[in-house]
Amino acid sequence: MSGRLRDFLLARVATRVLRRLPDVEPAERPGEPGVPPPNIERELPSSAGAERAVLAALALATLAAAAFIVLYVAFPDTQLLGLSLGLSLVAFAVALVVAGKRVVPQETAVEEREDFGDAQRQEEVRAIVRRGGDGISRRRMLIGAAGAAGATIGAAALVPAASLGPRVGDRLRQSPWRPGRRVVDADGTPLTVGDIEIGGFRTGFPEGAKRDELGSPVIVVRLEEDEIELPEAQRAGMPSGVIAFSKICPHAGCAVSIYRHPLYEPTEPRPALVCPCHFSTFDVRRGGELLFGPAGRPLPRLPLSIGSEGELIADGEYTENYGPSWSGVRQERGET
Amino acid sequence: MIGDPVRFVDERLNTASLVRKALRYVFPDHWSFMLGEIALYAFLVLVGTGIFLAFNYVPSDAETVYRGTYEPLRGTPMSEAYKSVVDLSLDVPAGLLIRQTHHWAANVFIAAIVLHLVRILFTGAFRKPREINYWIGLTMLAVAILEGFLGYSLIDDLLSGMGLAIAYSVALATPVIGADVALLIWGGEYPGATVFWDRIFTVHILILPLLLAGLISLHMLILTKQHHTQFPGPKRTERNVVGTPLWPGYALRSLGLLFATAGVLFLLGGLVQINPVWLWGPYEPYLSTNAAQPDWYLGWLIGGLRIMPPLEPVIGDYTLVGNAFFMGALFPLVAFGVLYLWPLIDRRWSGAGERHELLDRPRDNPRRSAALVAFLTWVAIPFVAGATDRVFYRLGVPYDLQIWAFRVLFVVGPFLAWLVARRIFEDLHDRDAHPLRGWTGRVVQRNARGGFETLGAYDGRTRGEGGAERDEATVAADVPAER
Ligand code: FES
Repeated sequence: MSGRLRDFLLARVATRVLRRLPDVEPAERPGEPGVPPPNIERELPSSAGAERAVLAALALATLAAAAFIVLYVAFPDTQLLGLSLGLSLVAFAVALVVAGKRVVPQETAVEEREDFGDAQRQEEVRAIVRRGGDGISRRRMLIGAAGAAGATIGAAALVPAASLGPRVGDRLRQSPWRPGRRVVDADGTPLTVGDIEIGGFRTGFPEGAKRDELGSPVIVVRLEEDEIELPEAQRAGMPSGVIAFSKICPHAGCAVSIYRHPLYEPTEPRPALVCPCHFSTFDVRRGGELLFGPAGRPLPRLPLSIGSEGELIADGEYTENYGPSWSGVRQERGET
Repeated sequence: MIGDPVRFVDERLNTASLVRKALRYVFPDHWSFMLGEIALYAFLVLVGTGIFLAFNYVPSDAETVYRGTYEPLRGTPMSEAYKSVVDLSLDVPAGLLIRQTHHWAANVFIAAIVLHLVRILFTGAFRKPREINYWIGLTMLAVAILEGFLGYSLIDDLLSGMGLAIAYSVALATPVIGADVALLIWGGEYPGATVFWDRIFTVHILILPLLLAGLISLHMLILTKQHHTQFPGPKRTERNVVGTPLWPGYALRSLGLLFATAGVLFLLGGLVQINPVWLWGPYEPYLSTNAAQPDWYLGWLIGGLRIMPPLEPVIGDYTLVGNAFFMGALFPLVAFGVLYLWPLIDRRWSGAGERHELLDRPRDNPRRSAALVAFLTWVAIPFVAGATDRVFYRLGVPYDLQIWAFRVLFVVGPFLAWLVARRIFEDLHDRDAHPLRGWTGRVVQRNARGGFETLGAYDGRTRGEGGAERDEATVAADVPAER
């Protein structure tokens, strides 16, 4: 754009705008009822330097924005895109702030606040409302009936929300584990006793069932048989010291995926399964009892037996309901 | 052609007098008044970037196998949702920039709201006549936190899946109705309920943004009706507002802040990596990662869940409250409850239901400020406890030791904070000295004729905007005798 043309356009815009603006503050016009003359301090700070700074910032903003467009087409690298767009916006911001503080007139104005809470007008409102009930004899009763109808309609409107999901019933207690179902790994290969090493763990799933359910995954570990600290009656389902627990933390549903073993004696003497979310720590030797952390229940255990080829087979259902706690979590199936 | 826009509009809408008033609308100046504006501008960035993201996202848990450009994930079964986000991040030009900017903007949005809230609390700006607007603002904070969590959850990567599992557990743990409510919200068990993805998508991109936009409009409508508060200063009274008129000075500066906010967010989005979802992999319930951190505004809940002792009250075989409910739901409910009640509590303490247009400095009301410090400490301790896993993995401090320390701190910390803060604020109040700027003012003495004489030299510096200009008698009374 040639300098002349620009000057011409600017002048046109300026005169047009200026013609519209009255010289005095409109609010200062004498005689406007209720408006005290506002107290305005005005200063015209603009200088050649400040205007040049704004121009430079605007030029930078333009260039950087253009660079963004070019980069987007030619070389859409995230860093360069962010840099160019961000720079452009920041440069524009600088231009605006410098213009706002160093170029345009600086004014400090005092504005009076309006009064809130006029007692007379409140009384008028009340009176109008009251007069709306003039001549009605059974006002109380009508209001009461309307309230009852309104509340019932509201309730009726809310009831269909119950269709948004199924009732609980036994849903949260059902797992895909059945006696006789084999334990397989993530690839579907059956896990055998030999796969489970002391100090290590494997993740297992019920063969042929869905894996992405909270009831499915188990974490399988192994102890020396004399390490197990449980009364004889509770030792069933741990053949050769192989123990399977639900892998879902009974606290808040994370996967229990840390096995604290080898043992850090003397501070951490017991092998334990740890949930990384909030550090619930379960004692492997005592069948998943809580050692530390927020979980309100032990880690449920899945009894195992060993098949003819050493493969691990579920020998019943979880000792407790799996998954995070809810009101019925400690109840048996069908008890809701 | 529209020759004169002012005339064109005014002759059709009769708005000139309104516009005239708006252009002369006065904004008092203080840096802390920009926090709310930053939140507003971050919201605009969120809407803009969010539209782009919504058009690239597939809200579906249908299983698919990844065959895209990112080698390590090839052949991995995953949901359509996760795949669409990975594709958006790695294959769509500017996709990652916009996704990361959106994520940064969410973090900044909530941070700005929280800082704005803290400013409002410590300066007493929530007092009459602003209680209603304060409650609206507080509601926005709650909605914003939920909105942030949902946005983060939509991705269906391992981290967000763990977050959803925890949220689902907190819902389940709610007394009596928990399990039914959780199944209603999720449309079945999590994971597995397909309908859930459409639900959170709708809520995240439509319902909550509309709610936020409505609340923001209301917030600003009330604001313009009531005007800003102002700190005490020359010519400032309870019945006026002193500052810069909207046009031209304030409009330019505020627009500048809009572009500065957007610029910084895009710089962050382009240069500082946030949530590289392709590294986490898809969510599988049997997987979890160590030292995973949620977005900062959920840190207090994660930390809270961690420091809770293993309490789960039971009657017979009926579980009254699941453990996750206490710190996952009750704690934030109580915290927000305290905040909602704050204007009423403060009114009890400070008495008098009169209108307040001049702000307090924190020292002006030591009791309020100390109580706020105690409250914020109470919320901050679980927040810090959210970092225990980092400390554990980086520094090797055993986690059980740390948790015990935080459990104790959670109970006694607020009291200690209250004691210390009370002393500090009272001391500041008595000396009226700024801890950094020192005391400025002049020492005057009342003479026998009832006039005032200046004793000490006025150091010539004016008080900052935050300083109160008091009449000389007050200053004289505040000065220790030996001066
Ligand atoms: S989910 Fe395992 S400790 Fe919370």
